[in-house]
Amino acid sequence: MNVFGMTVPAGFELATSIAIIIVKIAVIVAVTMLHVLYATYFERKVIGHMQVRLGPMRVGYHGILQPFADGIKLFFKEDVVPAEADKTVFKIAPIIPVFATLSAVAVIPFFDGFVIANINVGLLYLFAMSSLAAYGVIMAGWASNSKYSFLGGLRSSAQVISYEVPMGLSLVGVMLLSGSLNLTEIVKAQQQYWFGMYLIPQFLGYFVFMVSAFAETNRTPFDLPEAESELVAGYFVEYSGMRFAFYYAAEYIGMIVMSCVAVICFWGGWTLPPVLVDAVPALAAVPGIVWFLAKVYFHVFLYYWVRATVPRYRYDQLMSLGWKVLLPLALANIVVTSVVKFFAGS
Amino acid sequence: MPAAPEEIGKKEVKTKELTVNMGPQHPATHGVLRLVLELNGETVVKCTPYVGYLHRGVEKLAENRTYMSALPLTDRLDYISSMANNIGYCVAVERLFGVEPPERAKYIRTIMAEMTRISSHIIGVATHVLDIGATTLFLYSFRDRETLLDLFEMTCGARLTVSYPRIGGVRNDVSQEFIDKLYEFTGYFPETIEREYETLIDRNRIWLQRTKGIGVISAEDAINWGLTGPTLRGSGVPYDVRKHAPYDAYDKVEFDVPVGKNGDVYDRYKCRMEELKQSNRIIRQCIEQMPRGPIMAPDAPKFTLPPKDKVLTDMESLIHHFVLITKGPIASPEGEIYSATEVPKGELGFYMIGDGSGKPYRMRLRSPSFVHVSVLPELCKDALIADVIANIGTIDIVLGEVDR
Repeated sequence: MNVFGMTVPAGFELATSIAIIIVKIAVIVAVTMLHVLYATYFERKVIGHMQVRLGPMRVGYHGILQPFADGIKLFFKEDVVPAEADKTVFKIAPIIPVFATLSAVAVIPFFDGFVIANINVGLLYLFAMSSLAAYGVIMAGWASNSKYSFLGGLRSSAQVISYEVPMGLSLVGVMLLSGSLNLTEIVKAQQQYWFGMYLIPQFLGYFVFMVSAFAETNRTPFDLPEAESELVAGYFVEYSGMRFAFYYAAEYIGMIVMSCVAVICFWGGWTLPPVLVDAVPALAAVPGIVWFLAKVYFHVFLYYWVRATVPRYRYDQLMSLGWKVLLPLALANIVVTSVVKFFAGS
Repeated sequence: MPAAPEEIGKKEVKTKELTVNMGPQHPATHGVLRLVLELNGETVVKCTPYVGYLHRGVEKLAENRTYMSALPLTDRLDYISSMANNIGYCVAVERLFGVEPPERAKYIRTIMAEMTRISSHIIGVATHVLDIGATTLFLYSFRDRETLLDLFEMTCGARLTVSYPRIGGVRNDVSQEFIDKLYEFTGYFPETIEREYETLIDRNRIWLQRTKGIGVISAEDAINWGLTGPTLRGSGVPYDVRKHAPYDAYDKVEFDVPVGKNGDVYDRYKCRMEELKQSNRIIRQCIEQMPRGPIMAPDAPKFTLPPKDKVLTDMESLIHHFVLITKGPIASPEGEIYSATEVPKGELGFYMIGDGSGKPYRMRLRSPSFVHVSVLPELCKDALIADVIANIGTIDIVLGEVDR
């Protein structure tokens, strides 16, 4: 075994590979958490400028240190647990979404070969983890013993379950085309096309996926569980301090994970369209992580852009959109993709 | 023990409505309105509004104040359109006293009232839209409102609680700079509405789904409930005090009264947007037509304080000042009057009884927001929770006026 050019002595292979994985995990968790911090800053700046204001300007140059100020503030806030709450569940609930969304990062290939767990069912694992996050919301809604939280929790569970279905189905087209559930394989399969992306053959799937992703991460226009003006803050209305911050962190990690999935499944991951690389060979020299991050940031920007533009759906409209529009679209996409693939002979 | 398959569904499950207390501290109730909602799932079975959390006894306080010192109380009614309330009060007292303000003062008041209407309507629409979830319009409209508030500040030194009109005129003349800046504003504002407000909302499918067919009230019901202002006009009734009983300079300017058709949230929103343009039109006409001349009625010293510098140098002004402060207006009439003006929210009525002393014997307010709150249970019946928010926004209430 060979690590950074040094030969690992016999008998230490297992220990070394575990050490490497731990280092990888540490790096990815640190980078993800930093992204979460700056995703909030980015959001406030982007939306601020869209709304003819400046966003954070006080802490550091143009508010660049604002996320740290927020983090420190939340960390030192009093942790209030309501007297009537189910205390155990109340305390466990915020950990679940953070745990689930962070675990989902494990299977995401950031560039060729850099992935913690290159498992063959990566896509299924991602779904499993993103569904798990809903438990934190339901438990919070129930354990807070508050009517507003309860309504928020109910809405969220219904919403996440409804949108899981079209979301899963929207990616079936990608699975059919690539013939794999492994995220790295999916990216590589896209390189067979001259445009290097499933975005074009799977535009319907991409559309359904993005809409579902917005709903899955409880972002505007599907932010009903936390509908500020109706339910005040929805399921986490009783949370304060770090526990509150956990829900926030989970939401942003969720956003980033969903953006990563979109990039990997539809935008060719860390690769560029072959036609573009052929035209400008110099592009091949740029590390893949740059393209990957650029694409992810664009998707994160998309979340903010939508948030600054549209109002919120009503509960029944949200449900009918999920079941009556997105689900049939996703199914149609599967049928069309299968038929085309069958007759085109892969 | 799990139930046997054939027993499932037969067992009677007792359900009851969930009672949710919305307010008085709630971001979407526009102040301290408290609604008690009885919910069946997401559907509202019953909605009961409770008002009075902001009650300050304005009507009673006015009885112990002279006519001119009761004026600042009206600022605090609908605190985002205080200029219109002031004007409503002054018009009422003038009618009671039989005083006629000079032409220029009438035009200035009309301009101020319409500026207030613009600033109130954009707040009304913006918070309404914000409640439904779109944040950007809110910030855009606050930018434009800022221009208007700066203009208020330029004229009278205050931005919100202005107390600018006086019985028999206005406190001071407007400057040329004010006129120029306002004229410039009226030049670009209609375009701002079309380019920035309406493009964001008007054709937005989510907005249309959230507002069309929601909170419908028929023209007949709207009249029976006593609704006024855009809330009534959204149902198609073209009733506007400015047209039907003109005061100030409204009979000298041209404007349309926009009406809706279906009486739903969307139509009321459209009415307000259209009124913004009409107000803009009125302001432009007023600026173009405004004559020069005095800004206070000739017999003003009898009921309005003289300028401070005169009090210090002029004997007669000093005497007037002393009498006005200690006893109130000289030769206050006896009699009663109901005077209505069109404030942004609807018809603001002042019912006043004068007993010959310098203070009103009784002042009763007919505030549009109070009447509008009463229709909430009707609008919210069998609606969803999200519609309750839309309905609160669409009747455009300000709790300072509801509770007085």
